[in-house]
Formats: sequence, structure tokens, C-alpha cells
Amino acid sequence: MPLLSVTDLRTYFHTRSGVYRAVDGVSFSLERGETLGIVGESGSGKSVTCYSIMGLIPTPPGRIESGTAVFDGVDLLHCTPTQSRAIRGKRVAMIFQDPMTSLNPYMRISDQLMEPLLIHENLSKPAARQRALAALESVGINDPDKRINLYPHEFSGGMRQRVMIAMALITKPELLIADEPTTALDVTVQAQILELIKKMQRELGMAVIFITHDLGVVSGLCDRVQVMYAGRIVESTDTRTLFHSPRHPYTRALQRSIPALQPKGTELYTISGMPPDLSKPLPGCGFSARCEHATDLCRATTPALAAISPNHTQSCLRVQAGDIL
Amino acid sequence: MPSPALAPTPTPILELRDVRTHFPISSGFLFKRHVGTVKAVDGVTLSVARGEVLGLVGESGCGKSTLARTILQLVPTTGGTVVLSGQNLTTSNTAEILTARRDLQMVFQDPYASLNPRMTVFDTLAEPLLVHGVSSPADINVRVATLMRTVGLAPRFMQKYPHEFSGGQRQRIAIARALALEPKVIIADEPVSALDVSIQAQILNLLAQLVRKMNLSLVFIAHDLSVVKHISDRIAVMYLGKIVELGRAVDVIERPHHPYTRALVSAIPTPDPDIERTRQRIVLPGDPPSPINPPSGCSFHPRCPYARDICKATVPPLAPFATDRDVACLRAAEISDL
Ligand SMILES: Nc1ncnc2c1ncn2[C@@H]1O[C@H](COP(=O)(O)OP(=O)(O)OP(=O)(O)O)[C@@H](O)[C@H]1O
Ligand SMILES: Nc1ncnc2c1ncn2[C@@H]1O[C@H](COP(=O)(O)OP(=O)(O)OP(=O)(O)O)[C@@H](O)[C@H]1O
Ligand code: SF4
Ligand SMILES: [Mg+2]
Ligand SMILES: [Mg+2]
Repeated sequence: MPLLSVTDLRTYFHTRSGVYRAVDGVSFSLERGETLGIVGESGSGKSVTCYSIMGLIPTPPGRIESGTAVFDGVDLLHCTPTQSRAIRGKRVAMIFQDPMTSLNPYMRISDQLMEPLLIHENLSKPAARQRALAALESVGINDPDKRINLYPHEFSGGMRQRVMIAMALITKPELLIADEPTTALDVTVQAQILELIKKMQRELGMAVIFITHDLGVVSGLCDRVQVMYAGRIVESTDTRTLFHSPRHPYTRALQRSIPALQPKGTELYTISGMPPDLSKPLPGCGFSARCEHATDLCRATTPALAAISPNHTQSCLRVQAGDIL
Repeated sequence: MPSPALAPTPTPILELRDVRTHFPISSGFLFKRHVGTVKAVDGVTLSVARGEVLGLVGESGCGKSTLARTILQLVPTTGGTVVLSGQNLTTSNTAEILTARRDLQMVFQDPYASLNPRMTVFDTLAEPLLVHGVSSPADINVRVATLMRTVGLAPRFMQKYPHEFSGGQRQRIAIARALALEPKVIIADEPVSALDVSIQAQILNLLAQLVRKMNLSLVFIAHDLSVVKHISDRIAVMYLGKIVELGRAVDVIERPHHPYTRALVSAIPTPDPDIERTRQRIVLPGDPPSPINPPSGCSFHPRCPYARDICKATVPPLAPFATDRDVACLRAAEISDL
């Protein structure tokens, strides 16, 4: 049985200007110890997918319209507050894209780190403080005994990010959801944090959902990758296959856009056009307005993920029909 | 491709001389006790020419954002001078600084914290245009819509609030706001790291185009070295409050001389799983040092694979080394072939 299994998740935002279908029928699952990367268009619903699992969707305007997210037998979208408290924030922890959303600006780092230990693990204050210091040290923050008493704004962007990572790992979770945890870090510290996450995985068998825009990080860390576009998963496969033989036209365009792979000084390749308006009905493929292969069929038929080889699913209708390679 | 001269930039629009920004650290609640000083920026000398893109990279916490905030005079300068188009900002009064900011805009690292949560995108973008009289109420809608399209945001989002956007969409609002007044200099603190690569490419193309067409100068702070290499004319590498290497962008990345730059370059992740999983990285021993207690001599010495005793005792100056390159390493010449 997978550790987490998400089925047909739909999360919509009901705003003055319409209903935004931020996540529109997302299904995936994750085994213990596995690392799943989520990449895709900015605004495609990567964060909202994870917020939904964590029960962090602001309601209203947000609403989970359908779906289940079963973690170790408990459906997180329909469980009791007691079940939720026992899992979220302890067995499932999340690192946010925006460090300031999870750090309280008015609380010292020390209190924020010690809080879950005092609540969930009934540690004594000195013992919790020791764990907190060790946690800061493990994410590469020097002089932890001096810095633990600082407030979040007294840290640099990357150090705040590391504090948050320390906070998420302090309860030794079984599933870590990391939403762009290293984008604010330089590559050497990033490498150190990724090593730390890998080590926690080896030692605790922790599973990881890793959202990132850095395809270099994905290639080094993830077992499997899924690509999102306009609230839906458009392709999902193991990391090697995704990089070496991407099939969905969006995945291919995304790969072509990587600045690192293009010569300096040239105009970078970009995907022309804009993502669709998620408040309007989207009858066909979400990418059809920007896709060079789109036909009338693509604009009319809602595609579904289908396997094109045992471990590889994708949703392009024309690839499924064998029209394009 | 503009290729500015290295040492004295002919007509620098922005010049920093020995800039220092230190923060006091105190502890205690009622009776504040001074327990140390964070030397976030500690003697930075740099210049940026018109139409030049200067990339600024370095360890997380090394003082890049503080340097940016110092240039805008958002934090008090401890020492040194910041000169913008001949005007010394460090001795200017608040009114003069506010006027100068029309020409000097910043894109902040954390778009969530820098956008007013109670203002719609329209309000955020219209405000500077109306305040500075750049746009009249009659054509403000068109101006805002154009700005939004410039950064790849659909104008239909005009009446939305920051929290209704994804991280990357918010970043684009922040970029649009910086562009609104068509400034001469933009300091962009990690402007694209929250964006997917396709939008990254769009923004990079946009910035490069503004640099070319409007002779915009850009200080581009980022951790993604392939992005920095792509957009910059020169790259400055910072470590613990100081510039340790400065040179032409491609050269610095392809032939780094300072041991820290070498480690940094070797850690760039490659978007290819086969290469990425077998690649050799220079793993730096130990942790990034604390700017509260910087190591003696060369502050990189505790982690430097080439360090000798002399490195513990002598602070290496940023000195010319090879063509168009400044390096702050005592052993730069000895190790250059290693
Ligand atoms: N509170 C909200 N109210 C209205 N719309 C929202 C809200 N939160 C998110 N959205 C919308 O939901 C969509 C998905 O957002 P999400 O944050 O999941 O994107 P993302 O894939 O994480 O993007 P990024 O890579 O930029 O972080 C976006 O179009 C966003 O505008
Ligand atoms: N207001 C402040 N009070 C005390 N210390 C501060 C303050 N602001 C920054 N610092 C310290 O100054 C140093 C430099 O911080 P800065 O934000 O400039 O780093 P950075 O290079 O931008 O890092 P990152 O890449 O992580 O954003 C850090 O050690 C930070 O803790
Ligand atoms: S001066 Fe010494 S310690 Fe510093 S970078 Fe050079 S060799 Fe390493
Ligand atoms: Mg997100
Ligand atoms: Mg910063």
C-alpha cells in the first residue's frame, strides 16, 4: 500500500471574479522512502495541491471540491481534527516556498523550534533547546547558541529557509513536502540541504514530495517526476525517462527553455502565449492554446493520463494517438 | 554584446567605495546588552556602467541583499560611499534619496513581503505612475495593462490581491512595479528564482532587451549561476561581506580562480540525471562561517582546500589577477594551474 495516495483532487477558489480551478483532477501516489518531484508552469497548482494535503487551503475562498488523500490509511481530506493533529505537522511536515508564511515574525527562532517538541513529544525545555540547537547546526547555521534567540527578520533569506527546514525535520516526519525549499539558497548550501534530506531519507525511510523549478535539482534528487500544467498532471515518469525522452509537448517545451542549455547572449527560447484562464471552462487540453501540435480535437476533448510504457503516463492526445513522437 | 572595461568603468552610473554595513546584535529584554556585530557588508568597492549587467553571486547570508538595501539606502550605511549618477547617496537627505529612487528601483527577494497585501495589482502598479505624474488617470488602465503584459501577466488579473497569486506570479508583479518608472538602474534580488524556466527565460529576455534598448543598468543577484552567466556582462562573487572575485561573466564561470568560486561553480546542478548523479563536486568542509565571528586572515581559510598558515594571518586584498580579473586570494597565482 502506498504511503500517500491522492485521487481526483479538485481544489477551486471562489472569488469575486469567478471560480478558479487551481487543481482540477489530480491523482498520484507515493511509496515510503520515495522522492517525487513536481515541476511545471508557475501557477499550475503545485503549491495548492500540497496545501490541500496539509489542510492549509484558506476557506473561503478555497474549497476542496472532490477527492481523497489517503496517508497510511487515513483520508486527510475527510478525517477528524484529532486524526489530523496526529498526522499533519508531525508525521507529515511541510517546508514552504515563502519562509515567512511559516515563521512567526514576532517569535524568537528558539521558541518556534521548540514548540512542536514541547507539544508533541513532551520534552523538557532544556532538552527541547538542545534538540533545537542540533537542528540548526544540521542545516548549516553556525553559532546556533547565539542565533537561536534572534527573530526571523534578522536572518538572511537563505538562513530563514534553513531555519524552516530545521523546523520541519525536527519531528522526524515520514513524509516531507518541500515546496521550493532551496530556491533561496546558494548552490553549495543547496547541495548540503539536499544531502541532509537524502540522509534523513536513508535513516528514517522518509518519503519526499519536492516541488522545484530547478530541473538540475530534480535530476539529482528525484526518483520520479510529474509535470503539472493548468491544474492537471500532464506527464509522470521516472526521472531519467523524463529528461531523456519527454513526450508531452509542454514537458518538451519546458526542457527547451532551460537557460543552462542555451548559448549565452542569444534570445532564450520561451513558450509563446500565456497559460489559460482557470476561471473559464477548459474543454480541451490546457496546453492547446500554446501547443504547436494542437488540432481541433485538442481544443475540444479533455485529455486523461494514459500509459505509453509501463512506467510512463502522459496526457497529450496526439501522442496517445501516435500522431507525434 | 557590451563588454565594459574592467577596472575603472568609463562612466559609472553607480559607484560603491569601501561600503560597509554592520548590524549590532543585542540580547536581553529590558537591558539590551551588546553581544556582537554582524559585518554583513564589509568593504565593497564596485562600479556599474550604463547599460551594464553586473551579476552578484555568493553564499547564502554573505550580504548580497544587505548590499542591495545599502545601495538604496534602506539600511544605514556604516561606512563608505554610494554614488548614483554623481550624487552621493550616503550624504543625501531623505527627500533627495526619494527623488533618486525614481532612477533606482529594486526587486526584492521576497515578493510576498514586499507587496502590500491590501492593494490590488492595479493599485500597486498605478501608484508610482500617478505619484510621479508619469501617467494620467485617463490612460492609467492602458499603462498598467501594458506593464502586466510586459512581464507575462494577463491584464485580466488587474483587480486581484497578492495572496490570490502563485509565488511566481507575485514575483512578476514586483518586477512590473520596478519597471513602471523606467528607472536607470534596477537592483534585482533573485528576481527569477521563484519562476518556472519558461517564465525565467521570458523575464531574462525582457531584462536583456531593456538593458539594450533603454541603456538600463542592472545588478542581478541570483543563486542560479547558469542564469547569472547568461545575463551578466561581469560577475562579482561575494563571500562573508567581501567581494572575492570579479571578472567577465563567462570567464569567471568557466575558469574560476578563487577557491570559493571554484567550489561554487562545481556545485551547479546539471539538468541531466546521468551527469548530475556522477558529477564530481568540490565539497566544502565545515559550515559557512558566521559573520558575527569571521575567521581571521582570509575568511575562507577554514574551508579552503588550498589554505596555508599565511591565510590565517593575512587578509587578502581584491587585486588584479590575469586579464580582466580581480581575485582576493593570497595563493591565486600558485594554484592557478591546479
Ligand atoms: N487564495 C487564493 N485565491 C485565489 N486564487 C488562488 C489562491 N491561491 C492560489 N490561487 C490560484 O491558484 C493557482 C495555483 O496556484 P499555486 O500556488 O498552486 O501555483 P504553483 O504551481 O505553486 O506556482 P508557483 O510555481 O508560481 O509557486 C494560481 O493561478 C493562483 O492564482
Ligand atoms: N536587520 C538585521 N539585523 C541583524 N543581522 C542582519 C540583519 N539583516 C541581515 N542580517 C545578517 O546579515 C548577513 C547578511 O544577510 P543578507 O540578507 O544580506 O544575506 P544574502 O547574501 O542576501 O543571503 P541570501 O542569499 O540567503 O538571501 C546575515 O548573516 C544576516 O543574518
Ligand atoms: S587566501 Fe588562502 S585560504 Fe583564502 S582562498 Fe586563497 S588559498 Fe584559500
Ligand atoms: Mg508554488
Ligand atoms: Mg538575500
